[in-house]
Amino acid sequence: MMQNTVRSETWLWLAQRTSAIVLAVCIVIHLTTMIIAMQGGLSTAEIAGRVSGNPMWLVFYGTFLAAVSVHAPIGMRTVLLETTSLSTKRVGLLTMLLGLFVFVLGVRTILGLYQMVPVS
Amino acid sequence: MKQTHRNHPTYWAFLLHRISGVLLAIFIPVHLYVLSLAVTDGALLDEFLRWSSTPVVKLMETGMVVMLAAHLTGGLRLLGLEFLGWVSWQKTMVALSVGVSLTIGLVFLLNAD
Amino acid sequence: MTEDMLQVSVWKGDAKGAFATYQVRRQENQTVLDLVTHIQRYLDPSLSYRFACRVGVCGSCAMTVNGKARWTCRSHVSNVVEDGRIEIRPLESLPVVKDLVVDMTDFFDKWAKAKGSFEPTCSRNDEIAAVSPSDKKRRLADAGIECIGCGVCYSTCDVVRWKPDYLGPAAMNRAWTLVNDVRDGGNDERLRAVAGDDGCLSCHSQQGCVERCPQKLNPTMAIAGLKRETIKAALKGKL
Repeated sequence: MMQNTVRSETWLWLAQRTSAIVLAVCIVIHLTTMIIAMQGGLSTAEIAGRVSGNPMWLVFYGTFLAAVSVHAPIGMRTVLLETTSLSTKRVGLLTMLLGLFVFVLGVRTILGLYQMVPVS
Repeated sequence: MKQTHRNHPTYWAFLLHRISGVLLAIFIPVHLYVLSLAVTDGALLDEFLRWSSTPVVKLMETGMVVMLAAHLTGGLRLLGLEFLGWVSWQKTMVALSVGVSLTIGLVFLLNAD
Repeated sequence: MTEDMLQVSVWKGDAKGAFATYQVRRQENQTVLDLVTHIQRYLDPSLSYRFACRVGVCGSCAMTVNGKARWTCRSHVSNVVEDGRIEIRPLESLPVVKDLVVDMTDFFDKWAKAKGSFEPTCSRNDEIAAVSPSDKKRRLADAGIECIGCGVCYSTCDVVRWKPDYLGPAAMNRAWTLVNDVRDGGNDERLRAVAGDDGCLSCHSQQGCVERCPQKLNPTMAIAGLKRETIKAALKGKL
């Protein structure tokens, strides 16, 4: 029984590190994109124009979002377990909800942007 | 001032990593919500973007970028330590991490509209 | 020469005790252990403290001095004094028995829990194992075997402070030396013992242990090694 906990904690750690590597790549791309995009002035039209109908951005942001939805909750889990007296179960539930919330919020936006008809 | 055992660079790096992580975890849902306005209320987003080009907000955004870069570079140092066994030059790597983060923040700020 | 008096505060009592402050004349060559000894001999015979060798090989005299865990016999007063003041407390993260003495049970229990004992694979009838000193694994083990279990790293580690069941740097450093001992046969059990949130995966690489270890060992490096090995074991389904 305790061994199952150890096993799942080990997988969580691995998911944390794996998503970290994915995020490292995504963030370099994201920061570069944003710094370039900002130069021409950021606007709704600019964002939609870049993402709509472009499967490359769909895949990129989808991957980015998935990685964040894994990485942030597991990170917050550690922080909450070490700084509060909340139970492991409660912390797991709260952080899982955070992950779901972030993912759902992000997916709706990415799909919405992808499906938008760009305003010329 | 009482000496503390926490007065060394890799401890400050840990603190920075934890604080930046928590700030990012708070920032991201807000960021994603604002972005969702691009789909649901483009006019409101444009208004927000205009507001966010004021110097104070731009500075706060820069702060967030520095937090992101710090979390990333600090994280890379940790991945190097854990997976590649890079145990030496820790203090140098911490210094590099801070330097690179501030540089990225500066590049962001200078390119802000 | 003006009289140089040190203000030395020592912890008296158990966890609910308090500091007692004494004036001790400062000497040219003086360690913190000298201060504690002087106080017990001439100022407060009721003061309890541990020591043995007095020369920095046994680790018994470890205490918290001005906020940092250290061997008091190897702490020169001039290196630790602040404004003529020295504060001496027992080691942290271990129950206080009395004054400067802590109960080391948890520390050594975790040593055992991390499977820090050798599991033989040969008998006296077999040949002596030939492990070259330049062998890679032997060098990794050599880097950690000088641990004398003083508790300084354990007392320094914040994760130990935040997670009562965390195995701690010393126990895991020892486990790593055995993981790298080619004669040992207990690695499956050992990796299972050091995996999970109570084991190596909770180390945040703060490296306070590395900063404070009087033997200049590197538990963070050892724990990073354990992280790699436990993940390999998990991926192979061995956990």
